[in-house]
Amino acid sequence: MDIGKSIGLAYGLPIRNAFGETLREIGGENPNLVVLDGDVGNSTRTNYFRDEYPERFFNFGIAESNLVGVASGMAASGKDVLAASFACFLLCNAYDQIRMSIAFPRENVKLVGSHSGISIGEDGPSQMGIEDIALASSLPNFTVVAPADEPSMRAATRAILEHDGPVYLRSGRPRVPIVYEDGMDLELGKANELRDGGDVTIVAYGLMVAASLEAAAELSEEGIEARVLDMHTVKPLDTDAIEAAARETGAVVTAEEHVFNGGLGGEVARVVGERYPVPMGFVGIDNTYAESGEPQELLEKYGLMPSDIKDAVNRALTRK
Amino acid sequence: MAEREISSPAEMEGRRCPFNYSLDELQDVAYRLSRDIIEMTTRAGSGHPSSSLSAIDVMTALYFGGIMCHNPEEPDWPDRDRFILSKGHGCPALYAVLAEAGYFDPALLETLRDLESPLEGHPNKRVLPGVEASTGSLGQGLSIGLGHALAGKVDDRPYQVYVMIGDGESDEGQVWEAAMAAAKYQVDNLTAILDYNKFQQSGPVREVMPTLEPLTDKWTAFGWDVREIDGHDMEKVVQALHDIRSIEEQPQLIIAHTLKGRGLSVFEANEVNRKHGVPLTEEEAAEALEELHEKKFVSAYAEAHFEPAITPENRHGEI
Repeated sequence: MDIGKSIGLAYGLPIRNAFGETLREIGGENPNLVVLDGDVGNSTRTNYFRDEYPERFFNFGIAESNLVGVASGMAASGKDVLAASFACFLLCNAYDQIRMSIAFPRENVKLVGSHSGISIGEDGPSQMGIEDIALASSLPNFTVVAPADEPSMRAATRAILEHDGPVYLRSGRPRVPIVYEDGMDLELGKANELRDGGDVTIVAYGLMVAASLEAAAELSEEGIEARVLDMHTVKPLDTDAIEAAARETGAVVTAEEHVFNGGLGGEVARVVGERYPVPMGFVGIDNTYAESGEPQELLEKYGLMPSDIKDAVNRALTRK
Repeated sequence: MAEREISSPAEMEGRRCPFNYSLDELQDVAYRLSRDIIEMTTRAGSGHPSSSLSAIDVMTALYFGGIMCHNPEEPDWPDRDRFILSKGHGCPALYAVLAEAGYFDPALLETLRDLESPLEGHPNKRVLPGVEASTGSLGQGLSIGLGHALAGKVDDRPYQVYVMIGDGESDEGQVWEAAMAAAKYQVDNLTAILDYNKFQQSGPVREVMPTLEPLTDKWTAFGWDVREIDGHDMEKVVQALHDIRSIEEQPQLIIAHTLKGRGLSVFEANEVNRKHGVPLTEEEAAEALEELHEKKFVSAYAEAHFEPAITPENRHGEI
């Protein structure tokens, strides 16, 4: 993968590792924290917690429905509960349990889905979580968070465990470009502006934040100045930041490693359309499953490269 | 009543356990709550009276028979015993029990299923004190109960968790996921009660899912302590719930053989599903209440109706 390299971004740890390390740290600070696993702890990196605190770690085997139900009950009895599996298995296999046992009764459970997006690569579409944001976002009472890099994943892991209520945290497999300083601030529900510009705003989350920064750098060389917002909290959206972007830059483009339907783009469009309509563009996965391949090859084939973001910006600007 | 020892209310593991009724009192309460179930569902014009009536004797024993320690004045008391009605459609029974115990004004029973009533069509824990889990999507309650039980183990609390599941509900795979995991973690503070009323929505269990049996063999193979009882014989119900407290390092299942509609003729006359999800008309309700008054206790009827797939070898409880 070469996203961000042309603008000098270094690659950090996979964000799942940053998640696992932070979870282990918090385990030492919060004795009330329990971690539940669907037999993929070495993939999600909850095994870091398990190795330190085995008495507070529970592996329920490959049974996501029960995993989610147990999380509900432990939270209802007062534990701080985090349950993790692959994004697709957790959200898709146990969706009714998440709805009925967590969202509806507003249980204080943190769900973490790793292996999101198509950049997991060779394992192929059965393992790729590309509908997770839509599924989690459609649940009332849920907060949905998708960090961009290693420092922001560390901050997000802390932020969600301090938040009272159900949360879905999107984690990922590959090493990704670092866009933040260590120790960065992440406030749930508040977008981070990583670059300012007056001609267009690119709103993104996850790996697409780095792709947006690269696109913005290339656009700048062509005389177009783009603002870049990291919308790490997909729900609730920072609607004020979106409205300000529309008013101040006159065009908005969204980018996400997720299907269009139910994703960030539609929600941003809802805000823009209601508050300050301006031309928009959308980058995402267009109603298709991907395939096996190298992450870079997949991102190119399915339209998730900086060049795709630039194209969307240029199309939006022609309608300004 | 057979000889048995029940800790006095003040003595059960240091907890305040105010409800320790005699057998006669329990039977009287179950009779009155059966009336409530019929009256509230007929007034509402919808609901599941037959699925509630099959469960009411067991639930009465749990809440009032010196089994569960709970305190209506402090519904969130951390050391309370918990009851989860996984077969959420039976909630008129739960509402009747909670009202009787004093969790809310019994006058609310007359608002069942009305707009803005906390007595929703299926239980919502966020709006009604005493409801431990929001249920109604079947198969989920045993996992939630396992979560409570594990939390109790982690925090070294003395409580027991009771989960009532349905026979039709046992078609759900999640029930078996939870059964497997509960045995793995040896949660002796988890008790499941199967309200085996033999009918699900579209017909008899033995037709819809004939391979649900042999239930005792299945649960035993999953690592549970299993016993079968007449779920309308109050004495046997109380005895079984008392006996299982001595089981260690193993979750327990009580298969309660019951009648969907508690043996009342108006339900027995329906051979398809015992009027699943259908309330009685006012005329039917009047007849049913009359019959209920005459019979009061239905254990004899339950016995007559048993067609259990029980073998002498795997039978733990007496029928």
